[in-house]
Amino acid sequence: MTTAEKTLNAQEHALHLLQQMLRIRRFEEKCAELYQATKIRGFLHLYIGEEAVATGVMEALQPDDAVVATYREHGHALLRGVSAEAIMAEMYGKQEGCSRGRGGSMHLFDKASRFYGGNAIVGGGLPLAVGLALADKLRGLKRVTACFFGEGAVAEGEFHESMNLAALWNLPVLFCCENTLYAMGTALARSESETNLTIKAASYEMPAWSVDGMDVLAVEEAAARAVAAIRAGGGPYFLEFRTYRFRAHSMFDPELYRSKEEVASWKERDPIELFSENLRGRGLLSDEDLVRLEQFAAEEVARAVDFAEAGSLEPLEELSRFVYSD
Amino acid sequence: MSVKSATMLKTTYREAVREAIRDAMRRDDRVFLMGEDVGKYGGCYAVSLGLLEEFGPERIRDTPLSEAAFVGAGIGAALGGMRPIVEVMTVNFSLLALDQIVNTAATILHMSGGQFNVPLVIRMATGAGRQLAAQHSHSLEGWYAHIPGIKVLAPATLEDARGMLWAAIEDPDPVLIFEHAMLYGQEGELAEDVAAVDIDKAVIRRAGSDVSLITYGGTFYKTMQAAAELAKDGIEAEVIDLRSLRPLDNGTILDSVRRTHRAVIIDEGWRSGSLAAEVSARITEGAFYELDAPVARVCSAEVPMPYAKHLEEAAIPQLPGIVAAAREVLGTHV
Repeated sequence: MTTAEKTLNAQEHALHLLQQMLRIRRFEEKCAELYQATKIRGFLHLYIGEEAVATGVMEALQPDDAVVATYREHGHALLRGVSAEAIMAEMYGKQEGCSRGRGGSMHLFDKASRFYGGNAIVGGGLPLAVGLALADKLRGLKRVTACFFGEGAVAEGEFHESMNLAALWNLPVLFCCENTLYAMGTALARSESETNLTIKAASYEMPAWSVDGMDVLAVEEAAARAVAAIRAGGGPYFLEFRTYRFRAHSMFDPELYRSKEEVASWKERDPIELFSENLRGRGLLSDEDLVRLEQFAAEEVARAVDFAEAGSLEPLEELSRFVYSD
Repeated sequence: MSVKSATMLKTTYREAVREAIRDAMRRDDRVFLMGEDVGKYGGCYAVSLGLLEEFGPERIRDTPLSEAAFVGAGIGAALGGMRPIVEVMTVNFSLLALDQIVNTAATILHMSGGQFNVPLVIRMATGAGRQLAAQHSHSLEGWYAHIPGIKVLAPATLEDARGMLWAAIEDPDPVLIFEHAMLYGQEGELAEDVAAVDIDKAVIRRAGSDVSLITYGGTFYKTMQAAAELAKDGIEAEVIDLRSLRPLDNGTILDSVRRTHRAVIIDEGWRSGSLAAEVSARITEGAFYELDAPVARVCSAEVPMPYAKHLEEAAIPQLPGIVAAAREVLGTHV
């Protein structure tokens, strides 16, 4: 490969990463707008500010790997291949949604992409991930299960039980802790006696690293290294991604627990801005590129909204479906 | 009950459950057993004794004391293509995994709009009678029967202990099996080649025309004894073994009550908000005008289970109380 080709490949990949982050950002900005317009109801938890984490980790996964996520999972679902249309229709409560309107924003699921939710009990997804990985191990499949959770989950017993079980049985799980410093409104230092999360994970005898979650390249590199080690049979791996949510916890949150100055200082490290500047500085991103990426994201969002608006409501006669298998 | 034949083998409830697990492990290599002390120890009630030697540690999997994690891992493994049997030592310990059972196992099919079913079996011991006091003796299966999305079974007979497990494994959705701790030692005979049993129908174990005695699990044999006692006075009681607590077999219950016009429900759970309350409500809703007397219930006293033997015996349904309740609804109480 010539130097020119390498540069071209690197540029293509870089623009792809930027594109993925922009897709999440623009999609969720629209969600917030639609919430105000009462098109979307219930809880709506936005991932804005944290896009680099899902983007970098998803790059490290293969199509047949599994993902277990939380109630703040629009971005994870989108990048895993669930269509923006199906996600938006789900939030509209339409039967064309990825969970037929039974789940809503917090419970996005997709069998085709092995996307196992959409789990809204903090820490509740971790045992599930351990079990998916156990099945793969027993079946001799070289698949990885990536499990996302916030730092608040670290206070749950299910976190500790799951870390222990995964390490004890040498299971192929990538534990992705999205440390946003606040569990809803409770700061990490107000809920944990030990705030160094990698120490907790390392105590279960698994590799544990802290990563700058605002730097998509750092996330991608760490995740790729971890996934390679897991796939090689090295057992579970813990990555702490230091990130920040720019928006409120949910649409009901008045944000009394953190200062505007703190939020502003984190916004200076906006993962999309940081990466864009990086690429511009290296001559890998032009104004035309950015317009093209923005246009792609905008068109995807527009299609999603049109699809959701045109969607249909599940007939009431089907109310009791999906309690047991048909 | 079963007919004696040349192929009948003497066995126990415990051995019947063990044989059911062994059979399932042999028939389907996706089946594995996991739980606390199921391997090296042989199971806290010795149900899985010898299975580790036969199937190895991958398939007879000892777990740490982490009910939430290993029950949740059972859900995940079921989603991942396996057919796990998870053993929880007692129903009281299952409360540590309640989040996984109620918030995940019971909901994920629904939350995913029908995409993800959970073919998981969770077995656990339930009930009083061994002086194990207030943290090892309760009957909380009625609670679980409240939850849509799971199925709840209570095998009382050897046939059901042997036959329900395979049906539960073949079921695409999560099934909880409650084995009353006092039944493990129950002896009897079982056909060598046991037929599969259904897991959604109640069974009339004793036909009778005077009163319907409706029960399940640990109080089943006491109820059969009560029926025998009543028969001495010419009272023919019909005994219904519910077998499945969710779904409840309305048809069998209501048909019986329409014939006998009287019903007593015997349930080791506490009376308030019990499974017995649900059965009573269904009889009221479906056969009110057929009743010749109010529905009666024989349940546990509303106290945490005491340790002292005489208190424990007094706390749970016993033969004299069942007989007295039947006489009461028949108006023949003396």
